[in-house]
Amino acid sequence: MRPSTRLALLLGWFGYTLVPWYLPEGWNLSGYPFERAGTALAFVITGAAPWLCPIGLALLAATLLASRAETAFGGRALIAVGFFGLVLFFVQGFAITLPDQGIPRLAVLLGGGGAAQPGMGFGALLTLFSLLLLLCHGLAYRGFCRGDLFTTSTVGVVVLLIGVFIFLPVATILRSALVDSNGSWALGEFTDRLLSSTIWGLGCLGGGIACGVAWNTLILGVLTGIITTLLGLACALLVLRTAMPGKRLMRAMTVLPIITPPFVIGLALILLFGRSGVVTGLMFEWFGIPRSRWIYGLPGVLLAQVLAFAPIAFLVLMGVVQGIAPSLEEAAQTLGARHWTTFRTVTWPLLRPGLANAFLLGFVESMADFGNPLVLGGNFEVLSTKIFFAVVGAAHNQGMAAVLAIVLLVFTLGAFWLQQGWLGGKSYTTVFGKGDAGVSAKLPTSATVLSAAVIGPWVLLTAVIYAVILIGGFVKTMGRDHTPTLEHYRTGFAIDFSHGLFFEGAAWPSLFTTLKVAAISAPLTALIGLLTAYLLTRQRFAGRRLLEFTTMLSFAIPGTVLGVAYILAFNVPPVEITGTGLILVLAFVFRNMPVGVRSGIAALAQIDKSLDEASATLGAHSFTTLRRVVLPLLKPALVAALIYSFVRSITSVSAVIFLVSAEYNLSTAYIVGRVEAGEFGLAIAYSSVLIAVMAAGIALIQFGVGERKLGRRPVALAASAAEPAR
Amino acid sequence: MPKSGPASVEFRHVTMRYGTVTAVHDVSFTIHAGELVTLLGPSGCGKTTTLRMIAGLEIASEGEILIGGQNVTRLSAADRDVSMVFQSYALFPHMSVLENASFGPTVKGLGKAQAEAMALEKLALVGLKGFEKRYPAELSGGQQQRVAVARALVLEPQVLLFDEPLSNLDAKLRRKVRQEIRELQQSLNLTVAYVTHDQEEALAVSDRIIVMSNARIAQQGSPRELYEAPANSFVADFIGDANLVEVTIDAVEDGQARVMVGPICLTLPARGLTPGPAQAAIRPHDILLGDGFPGIVRKSSYLGDHVEMIVATAIGELFVISRQTDRIPAAGASVNLSFAPQGIALVR
Repeated sequence: MRPSTRLALLLGWFGYTLVPWYLPEGWNLSGYPFERAGTALAFVITGAAPWLCPIGLALLAATLLASRAETAFGGRALIAVGFFGLVLFFVQGFAITLPDQGIPRLAVLLGGGGAAQPGMGFGALLTLFSLLLLLCHGLAYRGFCRGDLFTTSTVGVVVLLIGVFIFLPVATILRSALVDSNGSWALGEFTDRLLSSTIWGLGCLGGGIACGVAWNTLILGVLTGIITTLLGLACALLVLRTAMPGKRLMRAMTVLPIITPPFVIGLALILLFGRSGVVTGLMFEWFGIPRSRWIYGLPGVLLAQVLAFAPIAFLVLMGVVQGIAPSLEEAAQTLGARHWTTFRTVTWPLLRPGLANAFLLGFVESMADFGNPLVLGGNFEVLSTKIFFAVVGAAHNQGMAAVLAIVLLVFTLGAFWLQQGWLGGKSYTTVFGKGDAGVSAKLPTSATVLSAAVIGPWVLLTAVIYAVILIGGFVKTMGRDHTPTLEHYRTGFAIDFSHGLFFEGAAWPSLFTTLKVAAISAPLTALIGLLTAYLLTRQRFAGRRLLEFTTMLSFAIPGTVLGVAYILAFNVPPVEITGTGLILVLAFVFRNMPVGVRSGIAALAQIDKSLDEASATLGAHSFTTLRRVVLPLLKPALVAALIYSFVRSITSVSAVIFLVSAEYNLSTAYIVGRVEAGEFGLAIAYSSVLIAVMAAGIALIQFGVGERKLGRRPVALAASAAEPAR
Repeated sequence: MPKSGPASVEFRHVTMRYGTVTAVHDVSFTIHAGELVTLLGPSGCGKTTTLRMIAGLEIASEGEILIGGQNVTRLSAADRDVSMVFQSYALFPHMSVLENASFGPTVKGLGKAQAEAMALEKLALVGLKGFEKRYPAELSGGQQQRVAVARALVLEPQVLLFDEPLSNLDAKLRRKVRQEIRELQQSLNLTVAYVTHDQEEALAVSDRIIVMSNARIAQQGSPRELYEAPANSFVADFIGDANLVEVTIDAVEDGQARVMVGPICLTLPARGLTPGPAQAAIRPHDILLGDGFPGIVRKSSYLGDHVEMIVATAIGELFVISRQTDRIPAAGASVNLSFAPQGIALVR
């Protein structure tokens, strides 16, 4: 056995004998090493938890192997010990949970019939980790992954994490949709719920009653997708193909949606177009148009989503338009095609896959959006808000929430699958290795005019929205009383210096929690994401395709679904972490991880594999290679992953609105609460503070990680990876 | 660090498969300590895979690999005492020349000062004194190649591997660098395995050459053996050009075969062949203009110190190289050809 394996074993014994096995309530360690804060060994000796005995036996068996030389038998034995240890660990965890739950027959078999145990704690975590490492090291001894301990261990850890924090929650949702409150199968109930008219009703066609939420969601998604795509295309063509002024401003606009919490747009729209909004008021005074609530419903949500997501389409389509080799258009022109003919026969067909991509992105974003429908929806319900009210509302129907979540998941996965299938199947390579000295064709005049006519109002509206966000916090009541005031900032962010430093404002606790959670989850996200990317691109192992598929799958899981899945899966032992800060961190890490994976894969594809191999032939094992060769070259991807996960952790609302608690409240959840209470001033002031904080955070990360040095001559390596991949 | 000195490399029935594709099939050979052996063959023949199996970058599907008599078949690259110079050089772009060269010793856990001293020694050896602070992007192709060699030499490995090290250099530099590599190998007494697809390069630097074709070894031997006594038509054609002509062996006596090459009757070493159909590999240099059987020049091109011709004859079109550049036969002209007997090898 190699030293690192012995270390892993030692870790297991440490967790088993010295660290409290269960999660101590309120960090109360009284009675250690017995009672609530007891160690596994103490529980086994006193007979309080005999089902923990087999896990100890597995560690004992591994210890017997510790002094043996590294033989084929030793490797196989270690695999067996690790594997059965893990199986026993999970079986006892899921069989014996709360009273009258779990799997009674298995519980009896393990000597714990009728017994209950609390959620697992640090002792259990360390032991689990140790057993996993033993299994992975055993596999390495048998020659898996070229016998590299680090690689097999990393694969093991990543697979376990994805299994527990993505697979298990989604499986729990499926299960809770299929069983009734007593835990027995209820397929009839499931079908009834799935086909209910609240989801699929077509009442709106005949007039009168509203349509089902599924149709609402689909209509909203399709409209948002189409409009954002067209706006993005017009904008991209104007910026890249005409001599339009203000191009820099347009590009800067693409950053805004990334650092704007999604519902802020909706909030600003209310302040402008709501019953007592600024514009509504002016319209009433000047033209006598009566005040109305038209903004609440499909028009308002659609407007907010278009404003929020069009810059994303712009970003995507800018890349596509840039990617069309000018020589292709020049070829068409030398063959006698005029501007409009060239655009119609060459440019447009080449744009099509990019348009499909932009549409599907807008569609998925719209489906997953929770903040805007919550703020502006009114009676117009979509799946994400319906899920929310099914969980927290008066009905409190977890089964219904699960069914709705499944419908939403099917929609987004379908769109995701379409996108992958569409783009994977066709080759539209327009960027060739050779330099292209051609000049892009000019946009036909009619197209220019049309684009400008569309873009003008949009840019104006966006500018007004952000002006409202900026000013809204400094006036008494936007739309009614425009007296300048610092009152909102005082309520939220007052600091009392009279007795030392005291953060008096109401918003401080949630802001501090948000920053803490974001600061903890961002590096974790980047670490796990980039490690996974490294494994996927640089290592060969069985199940690599499945791992890749699972990480990409989690990309398509809407935040609301993930949030529901997390409370369903982690509310009861063996993993009981709802109401803690940990569940927030985990939710962010696994929600944002796919972005880390994507940017890591893109960056690694640009680093020649022979660098890794050169390092290996010079005697460096995987970990050293990763640390000294790959990681320094991955800095741009690291920055992208850090920034993206940091910002997303701050702006995200859909996943965490279920997971926040009184003790651990987050900024976005707090702001949504203010909006619901009608305190728009404070909400808007807090939003602008968040935007400022994120801008500062981005600057700090870029400064902290630093530049990748590649000699004094600039080398274009992975410039594109610096932008958050979507 | 104890100097281990050069070690032998032995392949015993090694096979490498990727899924259903066999990249290397049942290959056995030995590279003796202190020897430079070239793996030569067209692209896709399995020579690079063989080299990567010596390095430990690929783990053989079947068979055994021994380095210095020790079985290393299952050992990873990091655990083998083998260094490699890559085709792309694979210099770490974020490290200076000195950091690149001292990477090996620092990974082995040596102190920075000692590692840098070792690196400087080898950098001086390849003539890169004064370039320590530069980054790879600031060096020419030839200089980058030297850094790669120095980096591979620093640990004084048991075996040094070269994967087409000259393919990114221009023609003049190639000739110079291959001589330097050969001198370095001989003066430091290194075991070297060298992959190339350029037969001239292989002939110039090697103690022995292993010619590979279709995942198998076609022939191994000294450059002279391969050129003068190719084992089959593939080797004859690959090592130096050859006109392959269908012939019939009439009789074999005392190891000498009587062969009819078109109208000409020749007596050649039989090399184990028996009477029947065979092929004669005729070197283009050894077809002489003057008297002999007739032919008509189809194409002729003047290349300074020699003339290349394609001549149609009764035994097919022959590729002929003539040193006589004073009188050049024009296309369409009639010439007479004869063979220099040492330039013909019979192969099956």
